[in-house]
Amino acid sequence: MTNLAVEMRGIVKRFPGVLANDHVDFELRAGEIHAVLGENGAGKSTLMSVLAGLYKAEAGTISVNGQSVNFNSPRDAIARGIGMIHQHFTLIASQTVTENILLGLDEPRFFLRLSEYDQRMATLGERFGLRVTPQAKVWQLSVGEQQRVEILKMLYRGVQVLIMDEPTAVLAPQEIEGLIQTLRAMASEGKSIIFISHKLNEVMNVADRVTVLRQGKVTAAGVQTAETSIPELARLMVGRSVVFNLDKKPQAPGEIVLQLENVSAHNDKGLSALKNLSLTVRAGEVVGVAGVAGNGQRELAEVITGLRPCLSGRVLVNGENVANRSPLTAIRKGVAHVPEDRNHVGSAPNLSLTDNMIMKSYRSSPLATGWSLNYAAARQRAETLKTDYAIIAPSVETQARLLSGGNLQRAILARELSAQPRLLIAMQPTRGLDVGAIEGVQRLLLTQREAGAAILLSSEELEELFALSDRIVVIYEGEIVGEVTDHDVEKIGLMMTGGRQKAKE
Amino acid sequence: MTTQKTLGLPFRIWIEPRLSVPAWLSPAISVGAIIVALLLGGVVIALVGGDPIATYWHIGKAAFGNLGVFSDTLVMATPLIFVGLACSLAFRMKLWNIGAEGQFYMGALGASAVILSGLVPESTPRPLTLFVMAIAGLLSGAAWGFLPGFLKARLKVNEIITTLMLNYIAIALVNFFVFAVWSEGGFQMSKTFPRTAWFPRLSDLSQQFPALRGLTTHLGLGLAILAVGVVWYILYRSRWGYEIRLLGDNPRAAEYAGINIVSNTVLVMMTSGALAGLAGMSEIAGVVHRLQTSISPGFGFTGIIIAWLAKLNPVAVIIVSILFGGLILAGREIQPAGVPRLIQGIILFMLIASDVLLRYQVKIERVK
Repeated sequence: MTNLAVEMRGIVKRFPGVLANDHVDFELRAGEIHAVLGENGAGKSTLMSVLAGLYKAEAGTISVNGQSVNFNSPRDAIARGIGMIHQHFTLIASQTVTENILLGLDEPRFFLRLSEYDQRMATLGERFGLRVTPQAKVWQLSVGEQQRVEILKMLYRGVQVLIMDEPTAVLAPQEIEGLIQTLRAMASEGKSIIFISHKLNEVMNVADRVTVLRQGKVTAAGVQTAETSIPELARLMVGRSVVFNLDKKPQAPGEIVLQLENVSAHNDKGLSALKNLSLTVRAGEVVGVAGVAGNGQRELAEVITGLRPCLSGRVLVNGENVANRSPLTAIRKGVAHVPEDRNHVGSAPNLSLTDNMIMKSYRSSPLATGWSLNYAAARQRAETLKTDYAIIAPSVETQARLLSGGNLQRAILARELSAQPRLLIAMQPTRGLDVGAIEGVQRLLLTQREAGAAILLSSEELEELFALSDRIVVIYEGEIVGEVTDHDVEKIGLMMTGGRQKAKE
Repeated sequence: MTTQKTLGLPFRIWIEPRLSVPAWLSPAISVGAIIVALLLGGVVIALVGGDPIATYWHIGKAAFGNLGVFSDTLVMATPLIFVGLACSLAFRMKLWNIGAEGQFYMGALGASAVILSGLVPESTPRPLTLFVMAIAGLLSGAAWGFLPGFLKARLKVNEIITTLMLNYIAIALVNFFVFAVWSEGGFQMSKTFPRTAWFPRLSDLSQQFPALRGLTTHLGLGLAILAVGVVWYILYRSRWGYEIRLLGDNPRAAEYAGINIVSNTVLVMMTSGALAGLAGMSEIAGVVHRLQTSISPGFGFTGIIIAWLAKLNPVAVIIVSILFGGLILAGREIQPAGVPRLIQGIILFMLIASDVLLRYQVKIERVK
């Protein structure tokens, strides 16, 4: 046997109603970047949580550097050099980078001597290409920088095996590049990295080897990425061949449904987020909004749906100005909204699937009669939507927070699309979903287009915009800087980074 | 392992997050928490030199031993049901109304005012008098709920602080009226209300049914149970109840669903205040029959415990209120007098602590 950093054998982990890991074997070599690939709910995070001491497996053994171990807490795992960085960071916003890294350690013993530690953190960061200011408070940092703090935290604890749960999901493209370089630097020092992902091209790009999980079972164990291909991995992941080309039927757009005229709005911090933005979307047309995250996409959606004040200009839906009216007005005008943040805006995590399904329709017949709400009818409706939209959940009484990302997104789409909207505002509808789920969501959007809905689609995946949109507009710092109908990636890329003049010439 | 602590035991214990909560677990844990609290209370009683078993037996007898004392327990439970409902409704929306005590006092003040100011003369028929009193109590309580609700909704003022502070203002206001305006011969109480302003009691029927002789249970209990029905309908069958639950779980999602946070915050606080106000009115019309100082032995605060213990379920509020009514009643006979309060405190403490068991499960495994 070669030099194995970690060896997991026959891991079984059961959750109520689900066999999350079914006798899973996993091998990690020292100094490699190993991707764990699988759909949402395939058991990737569970398996790694077992390795990181967060969960206890019902059966199976773990050995680290050939020695059998038994972890009762993440602390035990870190003591053996295994650390995990979760999707949601565990940092204290009001403390500095250094303070966060030292948190929970036995040092410094009494006097803080922070400046000395600041220096150590800076040196450690430099070694692995992790640029952060040790004195900065965490709330001042971007998401990418916060992730670097999390990595530093693990490095400072002397971790030899670093597990990262979907680390690129929150990052901008340039930050992803930086992260990959850091991971390579760590690997070259003999550390091993486990990289949980469901993005195929990323896995091919970053990892040395890949283990694929499907429904709690291993479908490919430690395959060299050089010896496989994206379609092959996709097949292993979803159990069937995935069609990457949707057939979008050509279709003449109808009358104007949404018209924005010189709309301006602030963001949450009171800074200008939309500047004199104008835009039209017609019935049966998908208008894609391309742009780097944070350039006003969210504010755009919120102004249209009545969630954000419109400082100037008009928002016309079917010819009527809905700017600065209530969210209810937009709902009544047939505007559906798939929000960017499905956990914090799109759903009520502790309420049942049924309660989440009726959020937009509980005011009218057949669910409401006078002041009363007919819960039997609500359940009935939820059952129907659950079947129609293939939402996988134990029952309609299941709490929304227990649904996997893909299923929650499907539930939100089911709610929004079943209202037969005239206008659909879809924000990042496939972000964080796996290949199979993405395809399903994209098909649902195209069905709406065929049914004559006007769709405004915002996505960070250019491929997705190309596949679905009739027109693509590019948003940069709250302005529409250009429109493209051909699929010229380079032109869009330039405009996304502010190259307006060049693109126009 | 360096950090593994087996403590030399033949088994290992650890806790894990729960993914789903079976329906029976929540009531089972509540009952378990009460049992543990009573055991701990027993230890305390033993420490102060009492006999725990005899003490509990005595409490049981003094609260539920015969029809007479049970009737007194129900009288004690009546205001508790109202305030328990008031807290349950507000807590559902995660509005922490801890001002039920003040709203109770305001309800009592409002209900008394219509009698003592001469607005409702003595010749008015009893049902009408009581109806007007109830409306006055309800509105006064609602007004006391409106203030913190409005401040919270419009200016984001923390309702915990405002409701708490308004308690003291309400109590002082009642004292002012008792001493300065309606004082009966300089005593700290008003004159007794005319009979038309009294809730009918079961003992009023003793001429037809001799068995009811001396039973003090009054119409307020009926009103309280009616209120349970109304709150149950609001929470489980109405559109508004759905909005309250959605707002409580995720205000941003509620806003996204077109629900108005501002108006609902004010409305829920007002309804909560109205229920607590009714408790004050019921106590005035059913038990005290006049306005005086110290009309509440902390009913409003006990309401918080009751709402929590009942897991914000209006039907469970009845059961818990009767339990606590008995504890307060029998507590008067227990020395030292602090013991029943201490037991209440331990129950609340256990209950809040037991919530952990709803979210996590404890696993025990034999060490191989």
